[in-house]
Amino acid sequence: MSATLEKTAPPSRVCNVTGFTIDRNGQQLALANAVAGVVMLSFGGVLAILIALQRQILPLSDDWWYRLLAAHGATMLLFWLLLFEVGALYWGSTMLLNSRMRAPKVAWANFAMMLTGIAMAQWAMLTGRATVMFTAYPPLEAHSAYYLGVLLFAVGVLVAIVLFFANIVMAKRDGTFTGSLPLVVYGLAAAAIIGVYSLLTGAIAYGMLFLHSVGLLETVDPATYRLFFWGIGHGAQQVNLAAMVAVWYALIGLTLGGRPVNEGLSRFAFLLYIAFIHLGAVHHLMVDPGTGMNHRIMNTSYMLYLAMFASLIHAFSIPASIETAQRGRGYRKGLFQWLKKGPWGEPGFSSLVMSVVFFGFIAGVSGVLMGYMQLNMIIHNTLFTVGHFHSTVVSGTTMAFMGLSYYLVPLLSQRRLRNVRVAKWQPYVFSGGVLLLTLAMMVAGRLGAPRRVADLSYENAQVGVDQFSTGPFPMMMGLVSVGAVLAVIGGAMFVWVMVATLLRGEKTDRPDAGLVYAFGTPERERVAAGVPAGERASAGTTAVMEPSGRLKGLAKRWHDFEAPGTYAIVLFFLLFFVVMYVVSHLGLARLWPVG
Amino acid sequence: MNEIDTRPTHDEQGRELSTLYPPRRRWLNRLGPDERRWLILAGIWCLILFTGMYVWLVVGNQQAPVESYRIDPIDFQQEVQAFVAEHEVEERDGATVVAPPPGSDVYLQASQFAFRPVLQLERGETYRLLVSSTDVQHGLSLQPVNLNFQVLPGYLYVIEITPTEVGEFPIVCNEFCGLGHHVMTGLIVVD
Repeated sequence: MSATLEKTAPPSRVCNVTGFTIDRNGQQLALANAVAGVVMLSFGGVLAILIALQRQILPLSDDWWYRLLAAHGATMLLFWLLLFEVGALYWGSTMLLNSRMRAPKVAWANFAMMLTGIAMAQWAMLTGRATVMFTAYPPLEAHSAYYLGVLLFAVGVLVAIVLFFANIVMAKRDGTFTGSLPLVVYGLAAAAIIGVYSLLTGAIAYGMLFLHSVGLLETVDPATYRLFFWGIGHGAQQVNLAAMVAVWYALIGLTLGGRPVNEGLSRFAFLLYIAFIHLGAVHHLMVDPGTGMNHRIMNTSYMLYLAMFASLIHAFSIPASIETAQRGRGYRKGLFQWLKKGPWGEPGFSSLVMSVVFFGFIAGVSGVLMGYMQLNMIIHNTLFTVGHFHSTVVSGTTMAFMGLSYYLVPLLSQRRLRNVRVAKWQPYVFSGGVLLLTLAMMVAGRLGAPRRVADLSYENAQVGVDQFSTGPFPMMMGLVSVGAVLAVIGGAMFVWVMVATLLRGEKTDRPDAGLVYAFGTPERERVAAGVPAGERASAGTTAVMEPSGRLKGLAKRWHDFEAPGTYAIVLFFLLFFVVMYVVSHLGLARLWPVG
Repeated sequence: MNEIDTRPTHDEQGRELSTLYPPRRRWLNRLGPDERRWLILAGIWCLILFTGMYVWLVVGNQQAPVESYRIDPIDFQQEVQAFVAEHEVEERDGATVVAPPPGSDVYLQASQFAFRPVLQLERGETYRLLVSSTDVQHGLSLQPVNLNFQVLPGYLYVIEITPTEVGEFPIVCNEFCGLGHHVMTGLIVVD
């Protein structure tokens, strides 16, 4: 009898904290992928410190500097982020839907294939056989193992996306959830859909290079390659964007029990992403031969900026969710008491806020402006670009993923979070470091510093250039290094907490994992009954939400505003955006006439 | 309106509503007042940014060039050599300096690891820079003006520039082009 039961009902447990049914296959796969991602993050961090300090301290040869730079790019942009996202896809499509992982053996084989791909690509890069950078622009050539490794990894992500959708379809069929997908899973689905066409164009681009490298294709047209490559080069970042926004919504639910003021609007914004955001790939072809004016404008504006419109919806919806949740717990004074009284000692919350703020103000604004056709001329391939994408994928995505890990890892491994004080400071150290790094890169880049250059002194150039050895440049490059060191320390703190939790965390079936008052079930009852919610609870507020009338009393003071503080913040944001737009044009107008 | 958020905080099973749980059946709500205001502002800003690019095409003097042609790298190299032979004036740090007539077509060749020849231009004159690469992709970055363009082998990119300042303007490569990327430079001298 028990044997038949096991056959029909694979091993699963009910989470004491969240009330979800946790499928063990899904749990192990999600953890394995996320942990592999964090291993990549650690390796990429070591590379980052070597690259950053080469200019100041380390006597790295130029050859090694370029090698490590190539490895850093692929390790972080591809391996770390996509592995973690695969983990998040498995988490969202099984645990959040009370469902089980379909074809777990395929998923494990796929995981092994992805790791093989990583090993091949890393071998080629670190032995100097693939010093072509993440972009791998032809006619630069790399060892075929590099292209094949990246292709294997990309196919692995595609398989994971197929499994994600299979899980959702089967969960719907089995009735483990009713109605629409939870918002977080919906956002992950948007990321997955964007991932499909990003990875397919990427497979075409790298496929051409692979065929060329083994002699099956005579030449690869550099302009055609750039068009396809940026389908994944930028497309993968749009996957990161959609996944990050989904994680933001998850963190709002996990740390505050909040939800969007208007969930339909947030879902609509994800639809806009799916429809238009891939057009942004043409951002990279603004000053390329071969592209026409209308083609550039339509694409770079994501079709009349409809994808940016989606981001502006989230820019309102995310802080409004935080504000309404906080006002619901009684922090209703003034415009910003809800923000001041946020659980700032809670790593999930501080990660969320910093990810949102730095992504919005720095990454978002800089991204739209540098992708603006004419302004692109003063940004293209400068260090500003590098500052921009560090603020998107490090300040934004990586910070958000770290924040989520503070919940997922304890909940999935059934262990109590260790080194809580380190965790408490980690988001501040990490974000502060990345902020310094990105701003310094942006200033240097705006003044003309080129990207991917081992030595800005141009000492050995036939026609010397001393511009980057004088003025603000040495200080800016020094600040980049200081920021990098801080960020890597912040990253190491994160890895330390995770490793300590996984290896030495106290086994428990109720890992509080920070503020879990978002969940009404057992945790809420414990708090309400006055049972101390473990040592962690005192780190933040333990206020219990009133059951109804969340925003009562608010209307009298703020007329008909639902989220007045948020409204003030987004108005300030828009003003900042407009000022940056005008300032950029003033800079452009002073240059030599060109066309 | 006295009470704005009248939404239930728990679903039918008594679980609190959250972004992690499926929403109640009807999650499509009408826009709230501040949402409506924000979306109108955001929409206007989107349209301003979009039309701004077309407006700048008319009122601005700095445009991303579009004129380009396919060209065989070998043909391009020969055209550059003919151009250099015709207008060569001196040698400088081992690089050939050319002084083309004002307002003419001017060749600039990007190769691993130099932009050649060194160009001597006159202030206030408009030149058509004919740029291409003979090997891999390069990035033409004119400093400290800070104008940046992509250079591809097989494609001739026509960049019309009008120097408005006198002085020496170095060119650096800002697209990774191999292990000598950090020594790849060129020069434009404006009299």
